Amino acid sequence: MTALALEPMPRTSPLRRLSGVLYRHPHLLLLALLGPPILWLGVVYLGSLIALLLQSFFSIDEFSGVVNREFTLRTYGELAHPANLDIIGRTVMMAAAVTIAAAAIAFPIARYMALHATGRTKAVLYLLVMLPLWSSYLVRVYAWKLILAKEGIVTWVFDQLGLAWLLDGILAIPVIGGPSLSISYIGTFIVFVYIWLPFMILPIQAALERVPASLLEASADLGAKPRQTFRKVILPLAFPGVVAGSIFTFSLTLGDYIIPQIIGQSRIFIGQAVFIHQGTAGNIPLAAAFTVVPIVIMAIYLFGAKKLGAFDAL
Amino acid sequence: MDIAVRFERVSRHFGEVRAVDDVSLEVRAGEFFAMLGPSGSGKTTCLRLIAGFERPSAGHIEIFGVQADRLPPFERDVNTVFQDYALFPHMNVIDNVCYGLMVRRVSRRERHGRGAEMLNLVRLEGLETRRPSQLSGGQRQRVALARALINQPKVLLLDEPLGALDLKLREEMQSELKTLQRSLGITFVFVTHDQGEALSMSDRVAVFNKGRIAQVDTPETIYARPATRFVADFVGHANIIEPASAQRLAGRAGTFALRPEKIRFAAGGAMPETGWAMTDGQVVAAQYHGSHTRYEIRLTDGLVLIAQRQNEAEPMAASADGRVRLAWRLDDMTPLGPDSEAPP
Repeated sequence: MTALALEPMPRTSPLRRLSGVLYRHPHLLLLALLGPPILWLGVVYLGSLIALLLQSFFSIDEFSGVVNREFTLRTYGELAHPANLDIIGRTVMMAAAVTIAAAAIAFPIARYMALHATGRTKAVLYLLVMLPLWSSYLVRVYAWKLILAKEGIVTWVFDQLGLAWLLDGILAIPVIGGPSLSISYIGTFIVFVYIWLPFMILPIQAALERVPASLLEASADLGAKPRQTFRKVILPLAFPGVVAGSIFTFSLTLGDYIIPQIIGQSRIFIGQAVFIHQGTAGNIPLAAAFTVVPIVIMAIYLFGAKKLGAFDAL
Repeated sequence: MDIAVRFERVSRHFGEVRAVDDVSLEVRAGEFFAMLGPSGSGKTTCLRLIAGFERPSAGHIEIFGVQADRLPPFERDVNTVFQDYALFPHMNVIDNVCYGLMVRRVSRRERHGRGAEMLNLVRLEGLETRRPSQLSGGQRQRVALARALINQPKVLLLDEPLGALDLKLREEMQSELKTLQRSLGITFVFVTHDQGEALSMSDRVAVFNKGRIAQVDTPETIYARPATRFVADFVGHANIIEPASAQRLAGRAGTFALRPEKIRFAAGGAMPETGWAMTDGQVVAAQYHGSHTRYEIRLTDGLVLIAQRQNEAEPMAASADGRVRLAWRLDDMTPLGPDSEAPP
């Protein structure tokens, strides 16, 4: 025996014994790692969601303003009031318009990033898409207020180009127009699209990134012109990404209460309605009922997307 | 004879890399043409140049007499079987096969008829509605083949189509492809790094090295008369006999290739005949390969020759200490030209 002969490994250290136990019982390790976050999500998220749902089945005493903790559908009946349906309809229309516009703008960018850009260009594009997310959402919204204001740069540019009549014409459109871009639905729409655009670009880009170049070559090889390749190969394969992105833009627009508060008309969206009812009005049940609306709409939306096969590729 | 594909001093450079370097080549109509070479030798780039995925940096490409340098892939009568098959994952088998007809706006009924014929041809009946992900490697390969053939291309390009298959299936597909090519009469251009595949399937073989063609000829000539040291080495095994040894062993000037199976084991007392070279050596290693045995034999001057002998009934004539007398026809020594190196 030489002096270098290996000592048997010490087996007594508690840490070592713990490693052994965890190795023999992998479920224990999984529980230790996933338990706390699941508990957190379960209690905080699901708990508050259930509390919210319960609240929406209570009602408020109109004279005293006290919440009556008895099961009733009266609050949902209130939701069907024309003024409230108006809020819901406006919000859903805005969310749909924002989603379609974001998809239309994001697709070419995502396609270029995924299928054409390489190396440094790709890195720069990533950076440009992500860059807005580094600064405060509020700051960006207020910046847009200045940009879209009557004295802002957009009006100025239209003036300089001699296109003031065009801007005035757009603002004169009933319903979506207004005194200036910053006080119109067009302005709200522009800012929504801008703010949520990265959430549409990134999923589409990720979906297209997984498309092998040989598929596009095969399509051209078999006689498809670029437009046909786009319609028959690129678009269907990017579809799950578009749906994923639209889930972001749609649900984020449904729930947002800051952008329409700062930019747009005085008529409110669902988010604002929730904010007002739970805060100033103290009508928690109605606020809760309003909150259930986006949840239901998203559930229907996801169900439809699943029917269309958007998640087949996951 | 018609020329299916003509390369006229074609180059394709990627930055500093000369992937294809001044290649001239003619593929005859109706032949099974293999492009053989190690990876990075330019064979796949040549195929992509014919398909139209790449454009030549210099030179001209003609496909059946039509200048094709600037033609996009969708305007060429050429179809490709891709190495990874490139089946559309969101379409079932029949839609994949009929894709080429669909983009040409052939009616649904007619294209499904033709698609069924094609599936018949590649023996995949009954799998019409499967997704590519539900198929085995061999089945995907057949779908890719049917899809490429449905447009009745003038030239079918195959990019290492058998690389991903296991040995048994590969051998089966080799003979099937060959039969298919004969019956359809379509020109096949086949890229492979497998010399056995190239030799057994093709009418002619182009051996690629460093972006250039080292030799184009029939498999028999490529094997028996390799033109350069690279070809001799890459296609099969070869003993390379350097000028000094060639002078001593055969009284000839130059570098020669000698295939291991051309070396005979002569009887101990045999004397050299005219037209034969003869030398003594010592067996230093023997590898048993079932049908044959491969011997490493060190000659008296230190040169090591590889000799191969069929395992026949009669035992080999070797003395107990492993000394052997070797003999070969002088004609079997193939003079080798210099390998063409890309200019610096």
